[in-house]
Amino acid sequence: MANYSTNEFKAGLKVMLDGDPCNIVENEFVKPGKGQAFNRVKLRNLNTGRVWERTFKSGESLEGADVLDLEMEYLYTDGDMWYFMRTDGSFEQYPVAKKALGDTEKWLKEQVAYTVTLWNDNVISVTPPNFIELEVTETDPGLKGDTAQGGSKPATLSSGAVVKVPLFINQGEVLKVDTRSGEYVSRA
Amino acid sequence: MNAIDWQPTATIETLRQRARCLAEIRRFFAERGVLEVETPILGHGGSTDLHLDSLSLTATTPAGRERLWLQTSPEFHMKRLLAAGSGPIFQLACSFRDGEVGRRHNLEFTMLEWYRPGFSLANLIDETEALIRLLLPDVGSRRLRRYRELFRDHLKIDPFTVSLDDLRHLASTHGSLDMAHSSRDDCLDLLMSLVIEPTLGFECIDVVIDYPASQAALARRRCDPEDGGAEVAARFEVYVQGLELANGYDELTDANEQAARFAADNIEREKNGKSPVDIDARLVAALHAGMPAGSGVALGVDRLIQLALGKQCVAEVMAFATPVS
Repeated sequence: MANYSTNEFKAGLKVMLDGDPCNIVENEFVKPGKGQAFNRVKLRNLNTGRVWERTFKSGESLEGADVLDLEMEYLYTDGDMWYFMRTDGSFEQYPVAKKALGDTEKWLKEQVAYTVTLWNDNVISVTPPNFIELEVTETDPGLKGDTAQGGSKPATLSSGAVVKVPLFINQGEVLKVDTRSGEYVSRA
Repeated sequence: MNAIDWQPTATIETLRQRARCLAEIRRFFAERGVLEVETPILGHGGSTDLHLDSLSLTATTPAGRERLWLQTSPEFHMKRLLAAGSGPIFQLACSFRDGEVGRRHNLEFTMLEWYRPGFSLANLIDETEALIRLLLPDVGSRRLRRYRELFRDHLKIDPFTVSLDDLRHLASTHGSLDMAHSSRDDCLDLLMSLVIEPTLGFECIDVVIDYPASQAALARRRCDPEDGGAEVAARFEVYVQGLELANGYDELTDANEQAARFAADNIEREKNGKSPVDIDARLVAALHAGMPAGSGVALGVDRLIQLALGKQCVAEVMAFATPVS
């Protein structure tokens, strides 16, 4: 893998740090008028999801991480592994372990495309699309006519996620949900 | 479809506001009898400063093939004008610093630099404050902060007397990086940028004075008011909203001292694996001929305009900032 010097750092670059693949989230060039230049960098550890804040002297470099983001459709689970298939026409399938799946487990829906991140050809994380449409499988009965008032109630979705929804939502309805915040957006 | 991003980084409306800011700056100096000058962007010497990287190019001139340096600030030429008897002068100069690109930096940027023969550092601090208030009328009152005091308040150390080991340890901890082999000044700079700077200039203009003598660059050195034996650099820096806006010097006029500092800088550069920079012999000659004593200051105009217009980064107030990718 190539090495990247601090002046090539930018959000989205994948690098190795302390043996883990990381994604650069933020890179700030810091330099007092005539002093030494530094880069203040926020990196997300792709194995653990933790965000690190590190400082590098300008000119230092990090090894690139062999990390690949691929679009894959979710197929099924056998209870042990979750199976995804590439959407590029190769039909190549990848099993994903629970650890790599993480929180995405509660946003799984068949035939939806996810971003699957591979490091050295192993799946290390799965990112759901920002918005997903899911059916309500369980919630208290809807309150007729209550479309404008505030107030919310929990609803369980077909994928297992529980989100707060307005009181007028009924079981069986399909909702659009923001997977980043876990918030209800609208009826689909 | 054309995927090349050709659009300006500032909106046309912002560029109109920028032009108005520049016009106000010019009026400010006209009213004070400070002459606007334009000096070459290409010089025969570069900045020898260890942490400034000058860009150079080769040009064909009557002298043959010459290596010329894109100026990191218009300082050398302006000082030659002072030595030639120009009196007070200012310039809005395109300046270049290799490798400096970020939210607060751009490879080429506009430096507002002015020189005031006969001015003390205190006079120039007053004038710098007045200029900043012209564009930032709502900025709070001015606080004078001594470099030593800032380190005592924020880090509980005396930056002039703390042991190098303690300083390296402190810098490594705050920056989460290895500073075990770094110089005293590099450790101080890191702590200044990461710990102190982000707190400066909120609801006030912070003017930092009495820097370590080792950070004098082209400023005179004088005795520390607190400690008769120690020397400090006669310079100031101005901070607003965590941004370093200006850097002022009680200018060094001693040609021999200047030549010695240039040479020492180049030795330091080579020690750090950087190539030496041509020394501006014409500046040294001008100092020999005699430059009037006085003070000068360089102010990052793009940053000042950024603050005046409430923008987040310098790119938003420049027509075409250096692309980040």
